[in-house]
Amino acid sequence: MDRGRPIGEVLLAVEGVSLAFGGVKALNGVSFDVYSHEVRAIIGPNGAGKSSMLNVLNGVYHPQQGRIRFRGEEFRDMDSHHAASLGIARTFQNIALFKGMSVLDNIMTGRNLKMRCNFLEQALWLGRARREEREHRRAVEQIIDFLEIQHIRKTPVGRLPYGLQKRVELARALAAEPTVLLLDEPMAGMNLEEKQDMCRFILDVNDHYGTTIVLIEHDMGVVMDISDRVVVLDYGRKIADGTPEQVRGDQKVIDAYLGVAHA
Amino acid sequence: MSEGIETLDTFPKLLMHHARVRGDAPAIREKDLGIWQTWTWREFADEARFLACGLAEAGLKRGDHLALVGANRPRIYAAIAAGQCLGAIPVPLYQDAVATEMAFPLRNAEVVHAIVEDQEQVDKLLEILPQCPTLKHIYYDDTRGLRHYRQAELQAYDALLARGREIYRRDPAFLEGEIAKGRGSDTAALFFTSGTTGTPKGVVLTYTNLIERSKVVADWEHITDQDVVLAFMPPAWIGQNIFSYAQPLVAGYCICCPESAETVTTDMREIGPTYYFAPPRVFEALLTQVSVRMDDAAAPKRWLYHYFMEVARRVGERIMEGKPVSLIERLRYWLGDLVVYGPLRNVLGMSRIRIAYTGGEAIGPDLFVFYRSIGVNLKQLYGSTETSVFVCIQPNDKVKPDTVGPAVPGVELKFTPQRELLIRSPGLFKEYYKNPQATMEVKDAEGWFHTGDAGYIDADGHLKIIDRAKDVGALTDGTLFAPKYLENKLKFFPYIKEAVCFGDKNDKVCAFINIDMEAVANWAEKRNLAYSGYVDLASRDEVYALVRECVEKVNADLAQEKEIANSQIHRFLILHKELDADDEELTRTRKVRRRFIGEKYAPLVAALYDGNQSVHIEAQVRYEDGRTGKISADLRIADARTFPPAAAVRAA
Repeated sequence: MDRGRPIGEVLLAVEGVSLAFGGVKALNGVSFDVYSHEVRAIIGPNGAGKSSMLNVLNGVYHPQQGRIRFRGEEFRDMDSHHAASLGIARTFQNIALFKGMSVLDNIMTGRNLKMRCNFLEQALWLGRARREEREHRRAVEQIIDFLEIQHIRKTPVGRLPYGLQKRVELARALAAEPTVLLLDEPMAGMNLEEKQDMCRFILDVNDHYGTTIVLIEHDMGVVMDISDRVVVLDYGRKIADGTPEQVRGDQKVIDAYLGVAHA
Repeated sequence: MSEGIETLDTFPKLLMHHARVRGDAPAIREKDLGIWQTWTWREFADEARFLACGLAEAGLKRGDHLALVGANRPRIYAAIAAGQCLGAIPVPLYQDAVATEMAFPLRNAEVVHAIVEDQEQVDKLLEILPQCPTLKHIYYDDTRGLRHYRQAELQAYDALLARGREIYRRDPAFLEGEIAKGRGSDTAALFFTSGTTGTPKGVVLTYTNLIERSKVVADWEHITDQDVVLAFMPPAWIGQNIFSYAQPLVAGYCICCPESAETVTTDMREIGPTYYFAPPRVFEALLTQVSVRMDDAAAPKRWLYHYFMEVARRVGERIMEGKPVSLIERLRYWLGDLVVYGPLRNVLGMSRIRIAYTGGEAIGPDLFVFYRSIGVNLKQLYGSTETSVFVCIQPNDKVKPDTVGPAVPGVELKFTPQRELLIRSPGLFKEYYKNPQATMEVKDAEGWFHTGDAGYIDADGHLKIIDRAKDVGALTDGTLFAPKYLENKLKFFPYIKEAVCFGDKNDKVCAFINIDMEAVANWAEKRNLAYSGYVDLASRDEVYALVRECVEKVNADLAQEKEIANSQIHRFLILHKELDADDEELTRTRKVRRRFIGEKYAPLVAALYDGNQSVHIEAQVRYEDGRTGKISADLRIADARTFPPAAAVRAA
């Protein structure tokens, strides 16, 4: 694929990560890496550990074994706030927006980490707070323009159809100007047209902002179309890793998706 | 109007004039990143100058054609002006046309340079590049998604502009000289007609055509530099072009470009235009929205709305036209204005409108009266691309809904024995580009333009158009059959989006109906009617009953009109798909192509007449991305009650 920024160094490295909830091993010695500026997909059947993996990258879960390095530095006791400040943003499978707030306000919340003014300055609407608000608004408007949601700028999110809500969530994640964007099933529950739109926006984000994208997806077709490399998980283990073509032909992947009798 | 403007016989000269006399006044506004940004006349003129210098260096010469594809953006208008500065001829093309539709105009006009809005348009032009060997330069405005395109033809608008700025700064005399060389008799622009039949034709209009007509009407209607227009129709449509390019350059008013096609209603509310032009379907869509939302309102609000709309229907128009109305009715209307009409105008973004025109096709009288009764000075206008739009306009004090008003000063009208309207006007086009045969067919030796419309002049000197001359037919009993007239009556109902009537040389009239998805879906929702999609909804018994009611009301209406009482609609069916311009069933301006539809759906038409109760159909549909697919369905045919002409009673 011809793209603006060439795929670069290893940005994020997952090394032998294991995660267990009680006796259930959600992840079992998983290793893979993510290059900067690439679109990296994590796929697998239900219960394969995809969302757990994303939650580990995002600092929500802490793996019992293994380590994760971001830009060469290991992070062990990471929480989601810290992850966000490092430039890792995410969207959620079941849309986590403020339903009663407008699209614009929802996206503005994505600028939270970039706000420098304190509570008092904002409450009193002092010069610095006003200037800052204006800057953030400009940044947000650019994202609104980019994702083509001008017409719903002032609409409360709860009134929007599902596909648009997903787009707003992407907008909010983008508002944080992330280095890495984690997308949890961005295409789930969408119709074909909405899926095509979403694919286009994901590729546009990757191309225009150079954002590294890690996405979990159920829909194999979509993943194969837009990803540079794919990791396949099954029962918490990595069973394949490579370009879409390599993964598609892998017998283990075919078995995992189509099902074989497990001994 | 300012002094000396009479000697300014081209648009570039007018533009430079405005930059001098009202340089800091707003010329074009555009909503960008949520904020309205303004181009003053000086900025508009500079953009055009620089761009012209860039284009000149790239090889654009006097007499060349410059293709333009894009939505209403300041830069599209700057590009038109830039081309004209050099004596080149702008050729605006419909931005929603599919690639293959663009090939003909580009080839026909031997276009070398094209300025387009974005990646979508670039992709289309690149696709047809092999068919358009002359096309060598494509300039794009929005760079998004285009960074990796390596085609030699492509160049960014910004780069062209920057280069042009440098050249102009070094040698302004060259361009000013080119502007001065322009003459009123030169070709100003080439507009390709939507082509209801056959291949499109390029209509050659001179500066004199456009400027003279714009000026006469601006004077007649007292249009000033204080007026504001919202430009939201395709710039390739002569109607939009007149109101957002020719007339602002004559009168010096400001035009506003909406943020995107989806935000037009919001933008209109924010801008509050004073001067407005839209085809009937836009007014129709707005009224449908209002009706749907009123149906959802609480009971007291609904009551208020219906009560005061009744008052408006009685006296609204009379009050606007300054006719005598009793004091008590005036009071009622005033109260209605306070609680219903005022807020309604505000929601529609029509609070400040002084003059609103509709044209392009006939408007349903009820629809028309609705807007006038709530205090919007909506008037009909008659004209076409070939006549630089303005032929007839309804005067402010005498608007008759079924006519299009008297001829505008300077226009002569007469009729052939077959009732075809002929026009002679200073705005009359020069010719069809490279098509002398077509020119000869419509423009005779004495300079009369054969419109193809049938009509007559009524007792007040107002022109009444019945239909297209070739579409007006007769039933076997000799009754006049005017399909468009019937279709417009049907389309007034919010549930009916399109209708196609058949009946020429037959014993009765039958119709195809397209339901309005938005309105009918809402109606179905309130009745807990579950459906899976358009096809399913359209085939529901309940929906058939709903549409039958509408058809019968039209029949009751027709029974009142003696000459056409026999053209009541006997049978109808609801089509399984929406008529679509991509399937060539509508023109790009969304007029139904009746003959084409009649041929395409011949089995359906036959079934309407042979008495069957249902018919099977398999049809090919074309999706927006150009792929084709097939759908099949069983369509029901329903009978509608008709009324005897003499004992006409109002249905329901």
